[in-house]
Amino acid sequence: MIIVFSLFLLTMMVVVALAVVETRNLFAAAMLTGIFSFLMAANFFVLDAADVALTEAAVGAGVATVFFLGAIALSSEHEHSASRKFGLALLAVASTAVVILLGTMEFPILGDGSAPVHQHVAPWYLEKTPELIHVPNVVTAVLASFRGYDTLGEVFVVLTAAIGVLSLLGFPRNNSEENAVNDGLSHQKILHIVGKLLIPLIILFGLYVQFHGDFGPGGGFQAGTIIAAALILYALLSGGDRARRQMPPRLLFGMACLGAFIYAGVGGTTLLLGGNLLDYSVLSHDPVHGQHLGIMLIEFGVGLAVASVMLTIYHAFAGHEHR
Amino acid sequence: MLAAQYPVLPVIVPLLSAPIAALMPNRSLAWIMASLVSALVFATAVALTVIVSAQGMISYEVGGWPAPYGIEVRVDSFSVVMLLVISGASTLALISGKASIDAQIPSDRQPLFFAAWLLALAAYSGIAVAGDAFNIFVFMEISSLAGYVLIANGPDRRALPATFKYLVMGTIGASFYLIGVGLAYMMTGTLNIADLHARLGDVPYLRPILLSAAFVTIGLAVKAAVFPLHVWMPNAYARAPSAVAVFLSACSTKAAVYVMLRFDFMIFGGAFAHHDVQFSTVLMSLALLGMLIGSAVAIYERDVKRMLGYSSVGQIGYILLGASMISLGGVSAGVIHMFNHAMIKGGLFLAMGALVLRLGGGTLDDLKGAGRTMPWTMGAFVLLGLSLIGMPLTAGFISKWYLVQAALDLGTLGIVLIAAILISSLMAVVYIWRVVEVAYFQSPQAGASKHQEAPLMMLVPLWAVVLANVYFGLDPSIPVDLATNAANILLEHAK
Amino acid sequence: MEILGLYNYWVFAILLLIGLYAVITKPNFTKKLIGLNIFQAAIFLLYISMDKVDGGTAPIIPHGAAKDIIYSNPVPQVLILTAIVVGISTTALGLALVVRIREAYGTIEEDKVISMDRDQ
Repeated sequence: MIIVFSLFLLTMMVVVALAVVETRNLFAAAMLTGIFSFLMAANFFVLDAADVALTEAAVGAGVATVFFLGAIALSSEHEHSASRKFGLALLAVASTAVVILLGTMEFPILGDGSAPVHQHVAPWYLEKTPELIHVPNVVTAVLASFRGYDTLGEVFVVLTAAIGVLSLLGFPRNNSEENAVNDGLSHQKILHIVGKLLIPLIILFGLYVQFHGDFGPGGGFQAGTIIAAALILYALLSGGDRARRQMPPRLLFGMACLGAFIYAGVGGTTLLLGGNLLDYSVLSHDPVHGQHLGIMLIEFGVGLAVASVMLTIYHAFAGHEHR
Repeated sequence: MLAAQYPVLPVIVPLLSAPIAALMPNRSLAWIMASLVSALVFATAVALTVIVSAQGMISYEVGGWPAPYGIEVRVDSFSVVMLLVISGASTLALISGKASIDAQIPSDRQPLFFAAWLLALAAYSGIAVAGDAFNIFVFMEISSLAGYVLIANGPDRRALPATFKYLVMGTIGASFYLIGVGLAYMMTGTLNIADLHARLGDVPYLRPILLSAAFVTIGLAVKAAVFPLHVWMPNAYARAPSAVAVFLSACSTKAAVYVMLRFDFMIFGGAFAHHDVQFSTVLMSLALLGMLIGSAVAIYERDVKRMLGYSSVGQIGYILLGASMISLGGVSAGVIHMFNHAMIKGGLFLAMGALVLRLGGGTLDDLKGAGRTMPWTMGAFVLLGLSLIGMPLTAGFISKWYLVQAALDLGTLGIVLIAAILISSLMAVVYIWRVVEVAYFQSPQAGASKHQEAPLMMLVPLWAVVLANVYFGLDPSIPVDLATNAANILLEHAK
Repeated sequence: MEILGLYNYWVFAILLLIGLYAVITKPNFTKKLIGLNIFQAAIFLLYISMDKVDGGTAPIIPHGAAKDIIYSNPVPQVLILTAIVVGISTTALGLALVVRIREAYGTIEEDKVISMDRDQ
């Protein structure tokens, strides 16, 4: 049964992807990309990747779609020129297709427990995590501790994006109370009221995902994007100017920098305490307790950075004035 | 105690300082911070060079977890060559770049600009010391994103489409690399580079590994601007702020070549029987085409920065030509040229930064008479140009000398290669001469008499590079020793 | 069954190429980014397809869990969490560029931008 469902999802993804490429309306393409991400997230869930499914749904279907819509509103909704370079595309695509398809014939088939990928490093994580780090979610343990150095880089990738968007679009300017024309969707009563009821619940869920990430699916990335999505919803409903008055973009960007700095700072602290970079064991007398402390701190940094960066970028688009 | 932590300092120190620099209230404070951190990274790179030369490779366990379970940081002779290039270029570009950055980038954007610069510095350093295939991807993406930000700050609107093209091609390149790493992981269950090398040989299925090698090599070839995947590069360098061109021309493509050599020699080289032949055939032909076509296009380019960009397409060809010989001499020559070319091209872009600052543009027309109005800058440009061509007594000559020596061991094929090196060098003579001709033998445009020599803060770093070029042309023992060690490490794994 | 076990990887290849096709042939900058998004999502599918073990469950080990439970592989999931974040960062930066290009050139079609640069 699950296999049939999986085949259906995969096939739908191909259909949606083709529709995305073919439509000339960019608004439609952006919305279809959101649907594509939802299908992808459902598929990840079928494949036992709960954390990734949560992130793909929040990032791909939520935040990315909002960014696309923001940029389309500031640029153009229709494609004008026809496709070109068919010859080059056909050559690139056809040759790659043949090569990949030949290659896949020797891939281990889906779900094969004896595939090499399940032998070497992965079982070690599954076996040692309860003993060395003592958190149930192995994905969190690998992400935050065993491969914490990658995650450090990842937070800085997000920060770089915020720095880039701000240096391209500038900090959004704040309109004063009187000439604030943008009051969002507050005249749409039903949307406004239902939406506002949802926001605290989404934030609560986000906090749960943040602090429960050791035990179930979750962690800083997922929580950060979920909380950002709730606050973006608030800005959509109440108007960007009002949202920006309550949470100035410069403050948001400062919080993004702080989040990244917390992560790097935990790294710096471990060095000063005589351990290797990001060796949380030195943070406390008991190594396992040190791991807990380290993971909690860096997950907080991650959540803070990701939520603030997503909001900063959203406001940079939404509050951008044509020059 | 601190010495044990040297391998990660080039990464963690700029990462810690980038968020602070982004929030600096004042552009000069951000600049001072970036310069100091960059100089500190350079000092660490020198210290690591001394340690590695004395004791050999250093392996560092991030998080205290043993490889392959944790992420390994690994510093060997090849890493320190890259580290020296990255931190040296960054430091010189920052110190010399104050005036041109102030002229090209609005004050309120500068703290963000310097934060992006520090992130790029941390990321390139991270690539240089990485011992883990996926970790390289993470740092490659930070370096690329930070690079896009730096280039998009360019002085006119043409920087924007140039950046966009780089962003699209760079993302495709990095994604191909990610696919390749995924396939290698699928067949071995590990991401550690040394461990991948040990385990790939035992994989019973050849096709997924071949696919992995193809994706990694093509993806990195895009990032390295290997002909014919170079189309993003000349505009990206030409439209970037002058100081950024100095920094990125010295490290961005080199970092990709560096990772490519690590993968193809240290991971795939030992994994299957004919990898060396395939790698060598494909890469040698691309290298030759790049050397000839890149240099030829450079001759017809009227925008001197774009000319230098196309020249880099040719110069990447020299580096790959050396590597594709798969001999100790050839690989050493390639690594030596990585070092020397970073120095030469970084210096040339430094001189261009000074010229653009004073003359307002970088086309051949703008440069008319510059030899008289800006003698020190143009003098440095000419000397660096001679090094690019490969005149004796300069670093460029050393590169070509070792390349030709290695080619001579190849018999008839070697003669063809030497002919290509000669033709490409002659074309370099032509395009450098075109600049010299307008600068020295044409009179300045009307109103150009006001132009004055570049500020001392630009001239001193510029001439430091020129003198380094001469020094390493007379006594190349430092780069040659490091490169020979690096080549030994690479080839030892390829067996 | 054998053949269906590779279906995920074929969809990976098809999605990858649909994305690549859009990036190469579409002159519209926003559309190129959308294509790039599909291209990157395909790679997520490649990695996550690796992690599945038949009869397995998500790699969350409750305290005192039975020893004989099979768990799926956590590593590809960790890697793809990183890759998703890298993807959204690239998209955001690309979109900011698109907005600026529109302001500077009045169009977001690559061919028009190129011809305007040539005339300059």
